[in-house]
Formats: sequence, structure tokens, C-alpha cells
Amino acid sequence: MTLAKTLALLSPELVLLAGGLGILLLDMIWKDDEGKKDWLPYLTLVGLGGALAAVIVVWRGLGGGVSALATMLDVDALAMFICLMAVLVAALVVVFSVEFVRGKTPYRGEFYAFLLFAALGIALMAAATNLVLIYISVELLSVTSYVLTGYLRGDAKSNEAAIKYFLYGAIVSAAMLYGMSLFYGITGTTDLRGIAEFFSDPASMSELHWVVFAAMVLLFAGLGFKIAAVPFHQWAPDAYEGAPTPVTAFLSVGPKAAGFAVLLRVLIIGLPQFEADWTALLAAISIVTMTLGNVVAIVQKNIKRMIAYSSIAQAGYILIGLACLGADNYGLQGVLLYLLVYLFANLGLFAVVIAFSNATGSDEIEDYAGLMRRSPWLAAGMVVFFLSLVGIPPTAGFFGKVLIFASAIRTQSYLLAAIGVLNGVISLYYYFNVVRQGFFLPPKEAAPIPAAPELRVALLVCMAVVLGIGVFPQPFIQLAQGVARLLAI
Amino acid sequence: MVIPLAWYLIVAAALFCIGLYGALARRNAIGILMGIELMLNAVNINLVAFWRYVRPQMLTGQLFAIFVMTVAAAEVAVGLALVIAIYRSRDTVNVEEIDLLRG
Repeated sequence: MTLAKTLALLSPELVLLAGGLGILLLDMIWKDDEGKKDWLPYLTLVGLGGALAAVIVVWRGLGGGVSALATMLDVDALAMFICLMAVLVAALVVVFSVEFVRGKTPYRGEFYAFLLFAALGIALMAAATNLVLIYISVELLSVTSYVLTGYLRGDAKSNEAAIKYFLYGAIVSAAMLYGMSLFYGITGTTDLRGIAEFFSDPASMSELHWVVFAAMVLLFAGLGFKIAAVPFHQWAPDAYEGAPTPVTAFLSVGPKAAGFAVLLRVLIIGLPQFEADWTALLAAISIVTMTLGNVVAIVQKNIKRMIAYSSIAQAGYILIGLACLGADNYGLQGVLLYLLVYLFANLGLFAVVIAFSNATGSDEIEDYAGLMRRSPWLAAGMVVFFLSLVGIPPTAGFFGKVLIFASAIRTQSYLLAAIGVLNGVISLYYYFNVVRQGFFLPPKEAAPIPAAPELRVALLVCMAVVLGIGVFPQPFIQLAQGVARLLAI
Repeated sequence: MVIPLAWYLIVAAALFCIGLYGALARRNAIGILMGIELMLNAVNINLVAFWRYVRPQMLTGQLFAIFVMTVAAAEVAVGLALVIAIYRSRDTVNVEEIDLLRG
């Protein structure tokens, strides 16, 4: 492959990198000029627009094929799908941040640069097919996330969230590395396809089976941390509550999508011979994750903490799809569609939370009383996003759940499907507790809640997409099917 | 006399366990960081030993170890910055006293 072709395939990542460096540079040059710095978020959006264009061009250029770069990266539909999600998340978070970050920190430029680098980390994670690159891209995303979480240096909660996130993440990533070193030792390679090739000889499997299982569990520790699956979820509530809210929005979607992408590749490309093992492992983790997330969410009083537990539960639902892949990777399309739907529903919810906290300075659920009278749009948005997270039509979440549960039923995992549905009912309770506050309780203050125009646009876009996918799901299901089919080959 | 691979692996496994114990049992944030460093060094011993004994003709193991060291340095730089930030606002690096967020 020529250098030009390689660079063209990597263009989304290169645009993100150049954008991040450009923002850092401009931030430095415009040091004393506060007026000019107001342009930085919009320049970041321009950079993300460039990345979006690059993703679309590369995706169309692939024509349904896979382009492997050395033994490091697979540029394929999955990589492009997750890269697209990374760009969308980063763009929405930039929009959320404009008003939130203003006045809270003097260092605004680096914030946007770090967001772009974090998006780059997600894009690389989604494409990596080599343990070395997986490790480096996971760390790129982690380190930028730690910094973003602790971005408000004067805020004790933000500091605390960052240090807890960091210590937890560093321990878990060391454990993941130990697992990777075991895989390297067993197979003599770090390339996922090489690993699969090694294990395709049945003699090599039986003898080392228990080491492989141990290594797999260690590897899952690192990825489970990224997707916030039990028992690697403890960081999530603290980090979510303490981080600046736009960063919380990012953490709840970005690392999760990337973690699932890596998990998909490692399991499907690298360890197909051990499917029985990891299916059992993931099924068990899925049950514990969704149940714990939903049950603990009930007692939360802070909305960011509640969303943290709800997002743990959502990771549990998505794991069902992975645990019930089926012979033709049918579960995959559920995983992908669910991730896409979850992105818009959760980020839309955060648009409401951020608009509310910008106006009132509070994240407590009881302060949401009378939201409907203070701001009908925010209240309406909240209901739509909660409906989608529960999975009630006509919202997009319904089809995400249908595909996920269908994959469980196709593989005859009726227990998983039943527990999933039961958990949906539990989640209805705590989501609609917030709705009850907003619609049926009298407001504590009568003042209407103003929302910045950019937040209003973000809210409307998320609502339109969630309802749009809910009413016309066919093209999106086909998109997910197309990506899933490619990975099955 | 050639030292067998298993010896290296035993040392690495012991180092990893000591590091993990330190990371989980220490109360001082710096102490936890030191535990994490031990865990990473255990990984490096593993990687280099596997490289030497399993497939010395390919440099993957050595390369991986170098990447681990580099990334760990970056990670610790961020970690220490966070520790300093919290020390400035709370006057402590004891993780048990850092408890604003709970529930």
C-alpha cells in the first residue's frame, strides 16, 4: 500500500490530531486576547466537521471492504461507525461546553484540544487490531479523560473525581497489560489475527486453556472499566458527579462506545475459539451489571449520579448483545444500533441537565420540581430521552432493545432476556420519579429557565434523532446490519 | 547455566501481586502510584522474558515494553499533577479523607 493511500485511510484520525494541535497553538498565540478565544469552540466544531467529512469519504471509499494497515489497524465499517460516533459526541460536548466552561476556568482552549484528542483515542481504539495499539489508544483516551474530569482546578469535587478516576484507571490498566503480556507469551504475537491463528490448532488450546481464561479476565478488567461494567464500575458515580457536566456527558458515551468496539474486535477476531468461555463470562457480568446499576440508581438524589448508575445499567443491556452473538453475529447489530441510540438519548438528557444547572446551579433531583412550568421544552425533552432509555416506542430506544432482546431469544438465552425486561421495568421507576417531580410537583421558584441558543439546538437535534429513529428505524437498522455483517466475515 | 523462563515469570507474578496489594492497601495517593509502578514493571519483565524465550527473532516484546514505559511516564505525570491539585485544595493526599463524593 502506498503512503498516500495509507494517509488517506487515516484521514479522520489525522484531521482530529491536526485540529487538536491547531487549537492548542491558537490558544497559545491568542494568549492575551479573551475576545478571540471565544472563537475556539467554533473552530473546534469546524475541525470536527472536517473529521466527519473524512469519515464519510473513507467509509464510501471502502465499498464494504476492509483495509488492514500493517497488523495494527483495520479501517473497516466498524471503525468508521465508531469514529462517526466519536465525532458526534465530541461535537455535542463542545456545544454543551461553550456556556458551561465560560467563567469557570481561565484555560478554555486546552479543554477543546483535549476533547479532540479524546475523540482521536476513541477512533484509534475502534480500529486497533494489535494489543500494543489497543493499549496505547486506551491510554490516550484515559489520560485525556482524567485531565478533562479534573479540569476545574479550583473545584474540590472535580479534583476528587479526577484522582479517583485516575487511580482506579491506572490500576485496572496495569492489570489489563498483565493480561496482554500473557497473551503475548502464549502466542508469541500481539496481532489479534495472529493470536486467532495460533489458537486454531486444537492442541495449543487444551493445554493452556486456564491461562488463556485468566488473561481474558485481566483483559476484560481494562475494557470493563471503560464501559463501566460491574465489578469495574466503582469509579463511574464519583467521576460522573464531580466532573464538569459536559465532560460527564462525554464520559457516559465516548469511552463506552470505544470500549465495546475493542471488546468486539478482541473477542470476535482474536479469540473466536474461546466463544463458550467469554459468552458465559459476559452473560454473568451483564446480569450483575444491569441489575446493580438499576437498583442502586433508585436511591440516588443527584441527577448526575443517577445517570451514572443508569449508564452502568445500559452497559449491562448492551453486553447481552455481545453474550448472545449467535452463529451469524446477529447480536452485533443490536449492540451497534443500541450504542447509536444511547448516544443521542444520553447526550440529549445531558443537554437538559446542563441547561438546568447553568440556570440554577443545582444537580439535585428534588430541584427539578415544577420543571414543566419553568421550561416546557426541557421537560418535554427529558420525557423523550427517558422513554428512549427505557425503550418505549415511539422512541429509538425501543428498536435498540428489540434487537438486543431478539438476539438473546435467538440464542435461547431466555434468562438473559427476562432479566433484561425486568430491569427495564425497574428503570422506569427511577426515570419517572424525575418526570413526576418535573410535571406534578409545584416549582420551588417560578422563574423560567433560560437555555443558551446552542444548547437549544443540541436538544432539538437529539430529540429529532431519537424520535426520527423511533419512527423510521429501517435505514438505521440496515446500517447496523451492514457493519455487523462485515465483521462476521 | 540457563535460567528457565518460569523463574522470570514467578518473579514477575510476585512483583505484580506486591504492586496490586500496595495499590489496594495504601492510603496515601503517592503510595498507590508506587504500587501501580510495580505492577507495570512486572508486566515489563513478563514482556521481555517472553520475547527472549518465545520468539527472539521478532522484537514485539521489547517494543511493547518500551511503549509501556513511555505511556506509564505520561500517565504518572498526569497523576502527580492531579495529586498536587488535590493537595492544594484539601491539604491531604490520604484517599480516605478525600470523600466529598459518595452514595
